[in-house]
Amino acid sequence: MSEVFGVPLPALLGQLLLGLVNGSFYAMLSLGLAVIFGMLNIINFAHGALYMMGAFLAWMGMSYFGINYWAMLVLAPLIVGAFGLLIERLLLQWLYKLDHLYGLLLTFGITLVIEGVFRSFYGVGGQPYSVPDALSGATNLGFMILPNYRAWVVVASLVVCLGVWALIEKTSLGATLRAGTENPKLVQAFGVNVPRMISLTYAGGVALAAFAGVLAAPILQVNALMGSNLIIVVFAVVVIGGMGSILGAILTGLGLGVVEGLTKVFYPEASNTVVFVIMALVLLVRPAGLFGKER
Amino acid sequence: MNSKTSGYLALFVAVALLPLLGVYPIFAMKVMCYALFACAFNLLIGFTGLLSFGHAAFLGTAAYAAGHALKVWGFPPLVGIAFGTLMAGLAGLAFGLLAIRRSGIYFSMITLALAQMLFFYFLQAPFTGGEDGLQSVPRGSLLGLNLENDTSMYYVVLAIFGGAFWLIYRTVHSPFGQVLTSIRENEARATSLGYDTDRFKLLAFVLSASLAGLAGATKTLVLGFATLTDAVWTTSGLVILMTLVGGMGTMVGPIVGALLIIALENKIGDLGQWLAGVTGIEWFVGLGESVSLVTGLIFILCVLAFRRGLVGEVGALWLRLRGPGKSASGH
Repeated sequence: MSEVFGVPLPALLGQLLLGLVNGSFYAMLSLGLAVIFGMLNIINFAHGALYMMGAFLAWMGMSYFGINYWAMLVLAPLIVGAFGLLIERLLLQWLYKLDHLYGLLLTFGITLVIEGVFRSFYGVGGQPYSVPDALSGATNLGFMILPNYRAWVVVASLVVCLGVWALIEKTSLGATLRAGTENPKLVQAFGVNVPRMISLTYAGGVALAAFAGVLAAPILQVNALMGSNLIIVVFAVVVIGGMGSILGAILTGLGLGVVEGLTKVFYPEASNTVVFVIMALVLLVRPAGLFGKER
Repeated sequence: MNSKTSGYLALFVAVALLPLLGVYPIFAMKVMCYALFACAFNLLIGFTGLLSFGHAAFLGTAAYAAGHALKVWGFPPLVGIAFGTLMAGLAGLAFGLLAIRRSGIYFSMITLALAQMLFFYFLQAPFTGGEDGLQSVPRGSLLGLNLENDTSMYYVVLAIFGGAFWLIYRTVHSPFGQVLTSIRENEARATSLGYDTDRFKLLAFVLSASLAGLAGATKTLVLGFATLTDAVWTTSGLVILMTLVGGMGTMVGPIVGALLIIALENKIGDLGQWLAGVTGIEWFVGLGESVSLVTGLIFILCVLAFRRGLVGEVGALWLRLRGPGKSASGH
């Protein structure tokens, strides 16, 4: 069988893989958003900009200091995480008692500033970043040619997502974290430093975004606006999945990436909008999202 | 006639005299269009408590619809504007029906996502001209008045703006507006009083979208083009900033905010040049290229320190100076 519904099989599988890669990014970003929202009650609009920053750090490390991809995969999340810590301590912590809207607006402002800085230094043109040597090339699976790097992205993000899920759902640290989102006062009374936990959660969430950014750098062109287009799709993913569950964020992200990839094969004109159409349909049936709880 | 009404009238007359005082009419018209856009947006956030992050969609829908009607179908100017407004209202109805199913930040994210969907539609649809947009839309003539003349156009825009502002004022001060305010303050209580809050929110949303559309259609007529910039999500952010800077929930705040932001966008290059000259730091020369950096900083500053906006802060100061005896009496 070499054709499915009139589409050559290799093309179909290629797009499916591309969808899975995009879905991995959606999953990692919406997962970070969910973790931050759970703890800080803030929709982190700056998530896309911090993802872009991760990709840029990878590129800068390579072109200014000759630091390779693997080192940046660790360093970039650390740097962006530290930057996130700074954002949380300097700006976000003043907003917790206010309406959620102000958190959204403030992080939107932060996005504009970060993007503005990168634009003023690098413009909007893309910076090339090559695939690391160890992962260049492709494997012939018989029915399709699998680029090694893409396979690595899917595997790495799945491992990270499941790791975060296990950390939150299965460890005592995660239990404290979840208790902190339910009743911060009580958890504080047990001797947990809740403000520090909140700061670290934010740092962890944005580090996840930066990790996704470094993973994306060799696939997409590194440019100042790469985050702002992505973040809105991720918002749609969040609305579709519902904010309630960590696993929901991962599954919805991956699933929608695949759906988007398939749309590119069968009806390319709609590939940019299919996620939003699905969002509209899901809202009609389940306003709380697929994995969300009705409130 | 109370002092408030005469104040608005004096303001109206002053604005009517601006072209005679040598103010560049295109700039003034652009400010009025964005001021109307911000007032329409404020009707939703300031008086109903709904943060739409997709209002550029209505500006853009009306801009394209009016542009197409005027240029390709040859509609007369006012009919073209009305058509654009109607299309924006319909888009608002579709958005509203979906978005009001969720509240708070979900509402914001849904409006943002839906607006992005329309943006991609405008990017790909054959009638919008893609990246180039609709160019050279004719202004035509109205009642024998040639609108290609900037001064004639100015007074038409002023009439539209004045009429729309009056409509918003009447809406906010009507029983309908009181219900909207009660929804903003405490939706559960409004529901318990027997109001179908979803219906009120939907009505407010459609009205706000239509007025944003009126602003977009008028802008197309004034500037002669409609482009993707009108519909892109950063424009939705810009209108939020205008309202925030001026003062959410105040009548004139959005107008002040629109004036400030449009002026800043036009003058930021000069400001950068000046700063570079004063400080000797070469980097400031490029400031005109990174407007978003400056608007972002203003955003952060407003959210952290001036949540009431300029007009709101001045109003609060005014009340404090007049002493505790005369407390605020609402709008």
